[in-house]
Amino acid sequence: MSFIKLLDKLSNEEVLNAKTSRKDSFKKMKNFGKGAALASIPFGLAATSNKTKAATMNMAAAAFQASPTDVLNFALTLEYLERNFYQMGLDTDGLIPEEDRDVFGLIAEHESDHVDFLVAALGDDAIAEPEFDFTGKGLNLDTFSNYATFMALAQGFEDTGVRAYKGQAGALIDNNDLLTYALQIHSIEARHASQVRRMRGEKGWITQNNNTLPDAFNAIYAGEENLTIGGFDLSSVDFSAVGGNDAVTEAFDEPLTMDEVNAIATNFIVTNDN
Amino acid sequence: MKKPVVKVEFGDKKGQGNSRRRFIKMSGLAFAGSTLLYACSEDDDFNPGMEPEPEPTPDPDPEAFDLGSGDVGILNYALALEQLEAAFYQMVLDGDYFAGASDEEKTIMTDLRNHEVIHREVLRTALNSVVDEDMVIPELEFDFSEANVDFSDRTSVLNTALLLEDTGVSAYNGAGKLISNADYLLVAGQIVSVEARHASAIADLINPGSTDFARNDVLVDLGGSGVAYDKAQAPSEILEAVVGLGVVQTPFTANNLPTE
Repeated sequence: MSFIKLLDKLSNEEVLNAKTSRKDSFKKMKNFGKGAALASIPFGLAATSNKTKAATMNMAAAAFQASPTDVLNFALTLEYLERNFYQMGLDTDGLIPEEDRDVFGLIAEHESDHVDFLVAALGDDAIAEPEFDFTGKGLNLDTFSNYATFMALAQGFEDTGVRAYKGQAGALIDNNDLLTYALQIHSIEARHASQVRRMRGEKGWITQNNNTLPDAFNAIYAGEENLTIGGFDLSSVDFSAVGGNDAVTEAFDEPLTMDEVNAIATNFIVTNDN
Repeated sequence: MKKPVVKVEFGDKKGQGNSRRRFIKMSGLAFAGSTLLYACSEDDDFNPGMEPEPEPTPDPDPEAFDLGSGDVGILNYALALEQLEAAFYQMVLDGDYFAGASDEEKTIMTDLRNHEVIHREVLRTALNSVVDEDMVIPELEFDFSEANVDFSDRTSVLNTALLLEDTGVSAYNGAGKLISNADYLLVAGQIVSVEARHASAIADLINPGSTDFARNDVLVDLGGSGVAYDKAQAPSEILEAVVGLGVVQTPFTANNLPTE
């Protein structure tokens, strides 16, 4: 069933309003990661099928943007990657010190929940989980034998996640519910990022494009030094009383395009069944 | 010290659609929400320009500034929140807790003040570039003594900071869908993740090494997948919470904000 068909099906009055028929409808659907409990997700999605907001003004922009299905599968790829990464880390004896296990345990749980949510939302359109290689393929990273490397990658993945979701907000602007869900995940990734960064001795926020990751991952921070916000060139504004340009770059996180994110993620993806 | 006055009125009016009208006044801050008018203002979504359409709103306080409608209304709403945060952190930097704080906490509090001031100024600049000055929310006055914030006490300061940051995250997440212009949506996205970074850091200062950076009591579940999502609250809810703090001394109204 395509994503759009799913929406159409769920926007059916009967499905929305009658308890029994609703139950029956969901029984016929597959791919709900956590079964019946997740049945409420498509309800939110159903409400969006009647959405006509700004249909005209955004038509031109939409032509250059990914479909909601593409955006959700893009997000799902990143969440698969994160879930897999943290689970492998937690499963590796002696890698994560006892005092940090709760933090990574919680982050792993969130990423796993995000996977379940996106899979449920996508239904049959959900891509299969790719095979991952956290040595970074040719980079030969000692990810699961060196905690410092694991932490550096954790930071990189979280900061990438923040930029990735941010970059797709515009593609969801005509879909209120999906946009809101994406934002609700986006800021959680930022909470994770801040925590991991601070555990590594960095600030929770990103100054310029500074980072302490291996050079191979400069792309994760490329563009964070941007001083043009909302079309305004802030480099000409005197913010010296409040931290100057460094503070300006910290105050605004920057988006990445889907291609830019995929170029980062591809270092860790062996196969993609899609 | 004057006592906060709380006045909440609910009254049904006859008319098409849902016409519940709500008016809340406390400590000089007032806002009114009308679901009927919210419903009407959906038309703004089809207006790509920045001129808010005049709304036939009965103004509960003609003296008060109204945030306006459409994207301008949402930007003014965001500017009000950033003003509150910036004012708070400036008070923190001027207070006794900061004077005696560790270097790490001094750095963090200074960064937060800087970020919020920059957010405020950028939002103000964006608004001033598209509407006349009288449609941009004026400089608000705040009185944190109304909320019993003790700027000499670390716990009081950090707990208030955490509340403001968590509220900011939820506010921007809830406002996203109300924004029509993709450029403004991106700016909101650029700000909200920084607010979330702040919230995470402050929670960790309060309870170091814990999982409070993304603690369950500020998160929500989506569709039974797990408690793994930030909140996304409507402006009416956020403003009610801000009113509840009792620190905003300048009246303003939010009669025409979009709800869809």
